[in-house]
Amino acid sequence: MIDALTQPFAEFAFMRRALIGCLALSLSAPPIGVFLVLRRMSLMGDVMGHAILPGAAIGFLLAGLSLFAMSLGAFASGLAVALAAGLVARTTILREDASLAGFYLVSLALGVLIVSMRGSNVDLLHVLFGTVLALDDAAILLLAAIATVSLATLAIIYRPLVLECFDPQFLRSISNLSSPTHLIFLVLVVLNLVAGFQALGTLMAVGIMLLPAVAARFWAADVSGMIPVAMGGAFVSSVTGLLLSYYANLPTGPAIILLCGVFYLVSLVVGVRGGLVWGLLPRKHLEA
Amino acid sequence: MKHRVLMQIGLALTVLLGFADSAEAADKVKAVASFSILGDMISQVGGDRVEVVTLVGPDGDAHVFSPTPADAKTLAGADVFFVNGLGFEGWLQRLEKASGFKGRVVVTSDGVKPLTMEEEGHHHGGEDHAHADHAKGHDDDEDDEEDEEEVDDPHAWQDLANGKIYVGNIRDGLIAADPEGRATYEANAANYLERLAKEDAAVRAALATLPEARRKIITSHDAFNYFGMAYGLEIVAPEGVSTESEASAKDVAKIIRQIKADKIPAVFVENITDRRLLDQIARETGAKIGGTLYSDALSGPDGPAPTYLDMFRHNVGALTAALSS
Repeated sequence: MIDALTQPFAEFAFMRRALIGCLALSLSAPPIGVFLVLRRMSLMGDVMGHAILPGAAIGFLLAGLSLFAMSLGAFASGLAVALAAGLVARTTILREDASLAGFYLVSLALGVLIVSMRGSNVDLLHVLFGTVLALDDAAILLLAAIATVSLATLAIIYRPLVLECFDPQFLRSISNLSSPTHLIFLVLVVLNLVAGFQALGTLMAVGIMLLPAVAARFWAADVSGMIPVAMGGAFVSSVTGLLLSYYANLPTGPAIILLCGVFYLVSLVVGVRGGLVWGLLPRKHLEA
Repeated sequence: MKHRVLMQIGLALTVLLGFADSAEAADKVKAVASFSILGDMISQVGGDRVEVVTLVGPDGDAHVFSPTPADAKTLAGADVFFVNGLGFEGWLQRLEKASGFKGRVVVTSDGVKPLTMEEEGHHHGGEDHAHADHAKGHDDDEDDEEDEEEVDDPHAWQDLANGKIYVGNIRDGLIAADPEGRATYEANAANYLERLAKEDAAVRAALATLPEARRKIITSHDAFNYFGMAYGLEIVAPEGVSTESEASAKDVAKIIRQIKADKIPAVFVENITDRRLLDQIARETGAKIGGTLYSDALSGPDGPAPTYLDMFRHNVGALTAALSS
């Protein structure tokens, strides 16, 4: 049994690389997802996932499947959409969700159009679904660097960010950190999606960010508890997904995200904090 | 106003072109080739006497071609239609029926000794394939695969000796359609056959320079069996690897294992079009990634393989580059 779990990683370098990539992603993306969930911005992640597509596609158009060009393009277009949506929300009658929806649909169409201009449908699939099995040194370094930057930054802005989640009025009243915090957080969201995009593609990157975070709500009471649960869930799902792809001959990216989904569904049912099962059982005393 | 003028010009042009067309058609034999390699052979044999139209053009895939009404029209106006046969053009009968073509159909592979290959049905090379391999070994596993059947391998032109048979058939077909041109066709064909024979010797000489242990490639493209048979190159197919665009970890692991086990020096896996994945396989196995091998279609006129003979030169170049040293 243990052998079956370790053998693929021992035998194949590409499996080890995928494992490292997944570890980096699992450390950096889920905490961002936790804050997105707490700020009721879960769908924002989805929007940004599509928003990075046109930039990545332009990078692809100019330089082919180049790590640097696609990441840079993705980062630029993701950030542009995030800022533009915020600006529209502040200056027009549209709410932020509506303007985000507008931008993301346009981005998606634009991205697909640009990729198709140069390549075939096959190329488009690569951009949309990524290749966790083909992480080269540069890609792994990028993932690790983004994970490092993301965790360090999160540690620095942790307090104002938590405050912004639970009591934004209070934060605004005691300091002027609110806007910078929000902005830095948006940059982190985009950065992590760019990282996820390298490994899992634009469509799946959001999955590893949000699904473990949503699931973590069923296990922990506060942010400091949710973050490790989300990280752990993401990592276990990734490893299981890799093994499933190896043994059951399934495409790797979707397998990983599906297992994140399984983690979510299981949490939904049996999670100790508000799982469906506990609602059916008679309540114990001394529990709220 | 402007529109009307434009339309009149357009109309005039069409009429003019129509005249030019029919004038040309009067003294040229109209030959239609099913795919670009045949097209090139026909123009080599036909020379100026024949106007060749190719249904599946350069870089097109004749396996999945679906004829358009324009193709049916082209065919209906043709004098002679050259096809490969051996089941290569699956769309052939439909097109013939649709176009009402009454002329001569020449099967250029007539007289070739066909190799057989397995046709995969809806089978995607999953779990059960692997189990069958382990249990029984390679030789008998095709018998119990329900949706695989033995069919003729149509890619006969990949052996230049067969190419000569093709040219003979084309020559005879053209003579039958246009007996007055017999002398031209015979002279052109003789000349062309000589060049094919020379190229055949060149291919053999080039591959002979490779060490015997390195005359092995792995390729997902099952179009090179005639080539391998004729020129002593071992063609290994990745077993049970699905051709879906999203590769699984299992697919990649299988290819890597096979390359290591058989010590295959070069990979020409074209259905995994993701360059990054190929690079990873190369890093992990030390095998070289070969370039593109042209198999079923020529490249455009500016590409590396605009003619049948150029295709061989290009492929042999790519093979020797990847397999030498």
